[in-house]
Amino acid sequence: MNMIVCVKQVPDPETPPKGFKIDPAAKRVIPPLGAALVINPFDENAVEAALRVRDAHGGKITALTMGPPDAEDVLRHAMAMGVDEGVLLESPAAEDFDSFVTAYCLALAIKKIGAADLVLCGREAADWNAAQVGPGIAELLGLPGVTLVKNIGLADGRLKLERVIPNGFEVVEVGLPALLTITNELGNPRYPTVKGVMAARKKEITKLSPQDIGADAARWGGGQLKLLDLFIPVQERKCHIFKAETVEEAAVGFSKKIIELKPT
Amino acid sequence: MAEEKSILVCGELQEGIMTPLTLELLGVGRKLADELGEGLGLIFLGSGLNKVAFKEAVASGADKVYVMDNPLLKDYQTDSYVTIMDKICRKLKPGILLFGQTSLGRDLAPRLAFRLGTRLVMDCVELKIDPQTRLLMCTKPIYGGNAMARYVSEAKPQIATVRSRAVAPAPRDPSRQGEIIALEESFDPSIIRTRVVSRTEEKEGAGKRLETAEVVVCGGRGMGSAQNFACLEELARLLNGAVGASRPPCDLGWVHSELQIGLTGKIIAPAMYIGVAISGSSAHLAGVSNAKTIIAINTDPEANIFRAADYGIVGDFKKVIPVVIDTCRKLLPK
Repeated sequence: MNMIVCVKQVPDPETPPKGFKIDPAAKRVIPPLGAALVINPFDENAVEAALRVRDAHGGKITALTMGPPDAEDVLRHAMAMGVDEGVLLESPAAEDFDSFVTAYCLALAIKKIGAADLVLCGREAADWNAAQVGPGIAELLGLPGVTLVKNIGLADGRLKLERVIPNGFEVVEVGLPALLTITNELGNPRYPTVKGVMAARKKEITKLSPQDIGADAARWGGGQLKLLDLFIPVQERKCHIFKAETVEEAAVGFSKKIIELKPT
Repeated sequence: MAEEKSILVCGELQEGIMTPLTLELLGVGRKLADELGEGLGLIFLGSGLNKVAFKEAVASGADKVYVMDNPLLKDYQTDSYVTIMDKICRKLKPGILLFGQTSLGRDLAPRLAFRLGTRLVMDCVELKIDPQTRLLMCTKPIYGGNAMARYVSEAKPQIATVRSRAVAPAPRDPSRQGEIIALEESFDPSIIRTRVVSRTEEKEGAGKRLETAEVVVCGGRGMGSAQNFACLEELARLLNGAVGASRPPCDLGWVHSELQIGLTGKIIAPAMYIGVAISGSSAHLAGVSNAKTIIAINTDPEANIFRAADYGIVGDFKKVIPVVIDTCRKLLPK
């Protein structure tokens, strides 16, 4: 089973909302000072999904990311979790690229890496929340795709998947090769072990450039999604905090307010 | 219809009736159509579709209701729906194509956009026409809701998925006139590569109750354990409400994922929301921002939830909840 997991480096989504700023000229969100860069949590779920398949059925897992040189960190994290190889695709030199460009470049990189039975992506990235790259790669590669997968079963070369639907799940069957987008309902990803971290440090990361994969900027010219505006929504509510000598006392007034406002 | 001059909404039915989000799509679709001076169409795909729904779609603003009724389309499936919508879009050439941000929309819209070679914006909370360019401006949350981005694209059709409860539903006018058009697209069934084998859905379960409950009591990471949710269940019962959760209790297995409220969970708008031991990340608050009254209990006075709440108390839920339960037992009618 040859698996490729697409991973992205994002500002830590656990960063408290207070302190997010916008640079209106550059149209960039500036996370608060000291905000860490981490592996996109849904992509971490995708890595976990691949590891579970390998645990049960064997195979090889390659983590692929498109980004600046520092994005190597998310590949090392994936390798520390147990992924076999890492590939860093240099971002195209475009001013700003949208999900189409990302999907197009990752699809070419996947073709270059070759022989993938299963491609796994997180359902969306915690920074831009576009949720398009997974299905986009599937379409560009002509692969069957299943989104919102929380469980992967494999028997006789066919996948049996649990896909999240509101208030439940559906069981979906598909053959290989296929592309899946993974959701957090899969369960918590395993922690990298110390041994895993040490081993990951020693591994070679393959570096690819847009030229290496045959990326053609003409393919994405025109019709690009244009970012007009970024803003931080203003909070309109003003909180009244109940206070007293003790919490229990304050809780009495608090409770009465709840009862007062409770819909009949 | 003229080239790229119309708005097409992809409608969804639940037990033969248009979903609330479909009515919301018709509401915003009608506004956009009127502003552009164009027509509004709605398309239903499925099998054995309820004809009453077609008339209701007209009453709710659709000028044309397209019906694609085919046994192979009985349940949503990626390959068949993308193929059919691709053919239909190339024929009807809508300028704008709208989907709900639903299980179907999240799957169909991106794949269709790539097939059509166009662009899309997902999970929109606002759609407006730029008066100069007459292009669709789509506003959506990013950074888990910490910021908002507004996009536009010249690629046609302009595709957007719209978040539940973000826009107003269409008013109903049974005197409205419209056309109901049966479509006859065919496709080669061998393109279907995935198959839904079974579906497990709690029709009357806790998740379903959450969607319509007027009071929701929500627990967060600070609850500490599955057992601690019991007191929230008791409070919800006394208030005739439902229990929900932010993402961490679901990921930690304390509660079922159906209870997850937020950007990648349920979007609710109850009369009253009580967040217990919830920090109030934007991703969670995205699920409740339209609640009438937001109430919070948290030990951290700096917790973000207090920035988004109407009433709050800084304290341990283990001390506060028993007082609330006790007061409810005393003061509320049985």
